[in-house]
Amino acid sequence: MDKKDCLDLYYQMVLIRRVEERAAELYQQGKIGGFLHLYIGQEAVSTGLISAKQPQDRVITAYRDHGVAINVGISSKEVMAELLGKATGVSKGKGGSMHMASVEANFWGGHAVVGAHMPIAAGLALGDQYQKNNAVTICMFGDGATNIGYFHEAVNLSKVWNLPVLWVCENNQYGMGTAVERASAVKEIRRKADGYDIPNDSIDGMDVLNVRRAAEERLKFIRDGGGPYFLEVITYRYRGHSMGDPERYRQAEEIKKWQENDPIGIFRRRLVEDAVAKPEELDDLETQVEAEVREAIEFAENSPEPPPEALFENVYVEN
Amino acid sequence: MPKITMREAISQALMEEMERDERVFILGEEVGVWGGTYAVTRGFYDRFGPDRVRDTPISEAAIVGAAIGASMTGIRPVAELMTINFAFSAFDHIVNEAAKLHYMFGGQFTLPMVIRAPGGGGRQLGATHSQTPDAIFAHFPGLKVVAPGTPEDAKGLLKEAIRSDDPILFIEHATLYQMRGEVPEGDYTTPIGVSKVHRPGKDVTIVTYSKMLDLSDRAAEQLAREGIEVEIIDLRSLRPLDMGPVIESFKKTNRAVTVEEGWCSYGVGAEVAARIYEEAFDFVDAPIKRVAQKEVPLPYNRSLEQMALPQVEDIIKAVKEVM
Repeated sequence: MDKKDCLDLYYQMVLIRRVEERAAELYQQGKIGGFLHLYIGQEAVSTGLISAKQPQDRVITAYRDHGVAINVGISSKEVMAELLGKATGVSKGKGGSMHMASVEANFWGGHAVVGAHMPIAAGLALGDQYQKNNAVTICMFGDGATNIGYFHEAVNLSKVWNLPVLWVCENNQYGMGTAVERASAVKEIRRKADGYDIPNDSIDGMDVLNVRRAAEERLKFIRDGGGPYFLEVITYRYRGHSMGDPERYRQAEEIKKWQENDPIGIFRRRLVEDAVAKPEELDDLETQVEAEVREAIEFAENSPEPPPEALFENVYVEN
Repeated sequence: MPKITMREAISQALMEEMERDERVFILGEEVGVWGGTYAVTRGFYDRFGPDRVRDTPISEAAIVGAAIGASMTGIRPVAELMTINFAFSAFDHIVNEAAKLHYMFGGQFTLPMVIRAPGGGGRQLGATHSQTPDAIFAHFPGLKVVAPGTPEDAKGLLKEAIRSDDPILFIEHATLYQMRGEVPEGDYTTPIGVSKVHRPGKDVTIVTYSKMLDLSDRAAEQLAREGIEVEIIDLRSLRPLDMGPVIESFKKTNRAVTVEEGWCSYGVGAEVAARIYEEAFDFVDAPIKRVAQKEVPLPYNRSLEQMALPQVEDIIKAVKEVM
């Protein structure tokens, strides 16, 4: 990876974090409604994965989708405008935090029913297989999703039909407030893929370059006709499940321990130690991020509300 | 016009659309090697091969979910559910995903998909395999729900559904597959969301669809012999619901009976009656009657099952009550 690519990944990770920190404030000010699930702590997963994909590869994820949205290339303005429910939002203000998508960026949502997007991911891959597109679908989901029926139906179908899907389980240790070992019969989640004869492994998800490398290899395996692959990525979310989570299920020390392993901090140290970038260059990037986020918020706040006629638009294609 | 069965009409629609458009493919349980549980796709596997006629696991959420995802990539899946009773295993994907994704993402992509599902009672299959839950699915904006009552409409509506860019639930009645009717030769489509005067009359309006169209026809024949001329409106689509011909007919007859196979409570008849009262209250000469299934899970025993299902006699009685 050359310097420019490394700095780009760093920029994306910092951007995700700052966008979300400001989103949390806007939520507390009542400017963002509904649910808000922050990705803070998990930035290396999506950033590494998506940096490894080719343009024709599709991405689909669950409701914790702001990071993915930024990584696929949706502007922070459109993300922020969607959070504020504005007409200029990426889903025109009709989706909100949990439902961002961009066909242009090959990002197919942002799906809020746990696990329900997994059969849809199989369908995206089926569409590519049917049309001989040489594309892989990257489907991200949480550890909690591996306990619902949709997971098993989708993963089974992907193997039976040899679909080009990279299943990525973001194991952030908790499904809402329930720890993995309290909810899953198998603690090592990747072993569930053994039940479907799908090759699998588990990697550290706090190191963005590690995630990227793993993703590149697995995407190649799938693209070469190897069929679906199951990648478990070990990570941690620093914030609650969503805003308003009382966090009675974990201790502050546990969060602190993971924060010492902060994905942005690790990558920053690496870049400096390997003499890829000077600290001042990285500080400059962070200043640029701050400016971008300020502009995004300004754009979102000054954007128009969806017009009343938007209420009835897009219920059907043909009325 | 040649007379063919409902099964042949549906099969022809699928065959013609698959020949016309390579993007159209079928997926479902036993649709391929077996030839379709109700033999609708017999011969398709040999004709089109395993990529376009895809046997699936018994896995309804995966069938509908995969159809959704595939349709998002621009191809046109026709998913077959063995019966509509199994649609509950895919309920989330039908009503929470298929019906919503176009709207929720601001119209960025379309879902040109059809879910075919046979349903209905009268075959002694017991409570879990005999339902007519059409109204439940018609409740959700974003989904279109079509339920033909004649072979001609079945063919034209299915071809239209396959060409549509909206997600469509196409409900067939399992006891109608052998029904014969005239079907035009050559390519034609029938618009979705357009009700139709099936039988003209002047005394009472019957509003119905699917299998109950046939029972209403038979009731109308008997009533005609007694000098009562009923006008039958076939809804054909439950969503969008075209009330135009219903209201027009009601303004002429001032009396209406709704006939559906599903349960009465919160049903199609309830919706139609409410709309008539809202849109044509000044024309009401008698309370609208609803003929529907008794409010019980359908029993296995033949006599009990028939007691629960609407019969021709029930329709005749209801018509006479509103006269």
